[in-house]
Amino acid sequence: MHVVDAIPRIRHRTFDALELDCGRTLSPVTIEYETYGKLNAAKDNAILLLHALSGSAHAAFTNDRGEHGWWEDFIGPGRALDTDRYFVICSNVLGGCSGSSGPGSVDPTTGRPYGLNFPVITVGDMVRAQKHLVAHLGIETLLSVIGGSLGGMQALQWAVDYPNLVQSIVVLAAAKRLSAQAIAFNEVGRQAIMSDPHWCQGDYYGRTPPDAGLALARMIGHITYLSEEAMHEKFGRALKQTNSYHYSFSEDFEVASYLHYKGNKFVERFDANSYLYITKAMDYFDLPDLSSIKAKLLIISFSSDWLFPPVQQRALVRSLRRRNKDVTYCEVQSWRGHDAFLLEVESLTELISGFLDNVSR
Amino acid sequence: MQRYDQDIIAGLIPAGSRVLDLGCGNGDLLLKLKRGGVTDVRGVEINDRCIAACVRKGLTVFHGDIDEGLSDYDDGSFDYIVLNQTLQVVHKPTLVINEMLRVGNRAIVSFPNFGHFKIRWHLLSKGQMPKADFLPRDWYDTPNIHLSTISDFEVFCGMRHIMIERIIGLRSCETGKTAKYFQNLLSQVGIFVIKSKREI
Repeated sequence: MHVVDAIPRIRHRTFDALELDCGRTLSPVTIEYETYGKLNAAKDNAILLLHALSGSAHAAFTNDRGEHGWWEDFIGPGRALDTDRYFVICSNVLGGCSGSSGPGSVDPTTGRPYGLNFPVITVGDMVRAQKHLVAHLGIETLLSVIGGSLGGMQALQWAVDYPNLVQSIVVLAAAKRLSAQAIAFNEVGRQAIMSDPHWCQGDYYGRTPPDAGLALARMIGHITYLSEEAMHEKFGRALKQTNSYHYSFSEDFEVASYLHYKGNKFVERFDANSYLYITKAMDYFDLPDLSSIKAKLLIISFSSDWLFPPVQQRALVRSLRRRNKDVTYCEVQSWRGHDAFLLEVESLTELISGFLDNVSR
Repeated sequence: MQRYDQDIIAGLIPAGSRVLDLGCGNGDLLLKLKRGGVTDVRGVEINDRCIAACVRKGLTVFHGDIDEGLSDYDDGSFDYIVLNQTLQVVHKPTLVINEMLRVGNRAIVSFPNFGHFKIRWHLLSKGQMPKADFLPRDWYDTPNIHLSTISDFEVFCGMRHIMIERIIGLRSCETGKTAKYFQNLLSQVGIFVIKSKREI
């Protein structure tokens, strides 16, 4: 009987207007979302799951187009987010390019895609849009808000902005503000896109998109998602085809070929302007005041994550503890770098299922 | 297995106290406290598997190394800081005790008592590093690097102007019997309730 409920339901929710932190109003606003499991009669078993920079609403299962859910090993009957017990909602972020309003959406005032006319958004705006969605679903309290990286930032923002709605949050590989190093990488990624002659000030819709720039941005990003050890484990100095060097600037090494592959795959599904807007929202993320939080918190870091290193999570936990918040912290031992939040299934399942079990009691 | 050391420590802490357990392991003591009405309890633990076990029990725990001190915590932010059977494995006992007395109004410290007669007899009769049922590991295979006796800890406190409020000598962790006299000779475990003299 649960199999039917487990099939993702893809939906859109469009609402009239959203006031943004930049002072502008976006109208209309569409949020694409998927849900897994069933909302109970008391409507108290809902979990909001939030994706990272390049994610989408498609978190669980492999869909009919063969696309894997970005957290599919964690969602389903008996898994960390047990769909026999919980109702899981995952939405595409505002500014994204997988169904939610973003720079590629049509501007109703011109009838053409927004491009750079799309307002600059923040993590706070993303969360406010999700709040509309949650209210639309008739949910008054969220059992938990869970996310990694940018998703973890959104989870923190949820706990700060809507303390009475959020019973608990799980923050993976994120911090209370984006570090200078991460801003630097974002800036280089954006410059890669904006230097592409096809970018045309963001007005490339219907023409050749800035694929080379976006692929380069993704390659840079990928380096920051892996650890030195992960690269060594996966590729080492392995050569792509032959056992000898080409003595040319072709892709001699496996690691180079992998990055090119990742970059080229990425441009098939992602919009360069969305990359600009979402990374900029990450840059602006800074939560100096955590005092409003009422949620129970589980903060998780990964030992080899150098994009959001454990020292940042410990700083977050310290400020929460100083304010006497109910915060649990665990540093998961992993060689997989920042991407560990997508890959360390066993240890994360143990932590998250144990945590949710107690929150839902 | 019944853990009488935990029962005794839990019995020393009044309901409503704020408690921090250093080296809380699987969280058994914290859970016991919680069930006994001491609800504001937290733990610090270095082992990530233990952290997961604590999370499953619904406990609030911090994954960290107590040898790095308790700088995250303000002075007097807890009523009791517990260090149960952990003193002997820390690298910096003085730092840890000082930090406990700074952050907590009282500290409860327990450790295996190396002054127990079986330990003394083992060394005297065999001339080898003592082992006993409560200290079963070989010298090359033990995490214990700072073993001490009840008497040692009294001297330690005396030298540092630490007030000893109470000493409980546990003769056996399995039976829960305590020693009224000759505590240093008869106890397998010493449990101290200590407090900083600075408030006086």
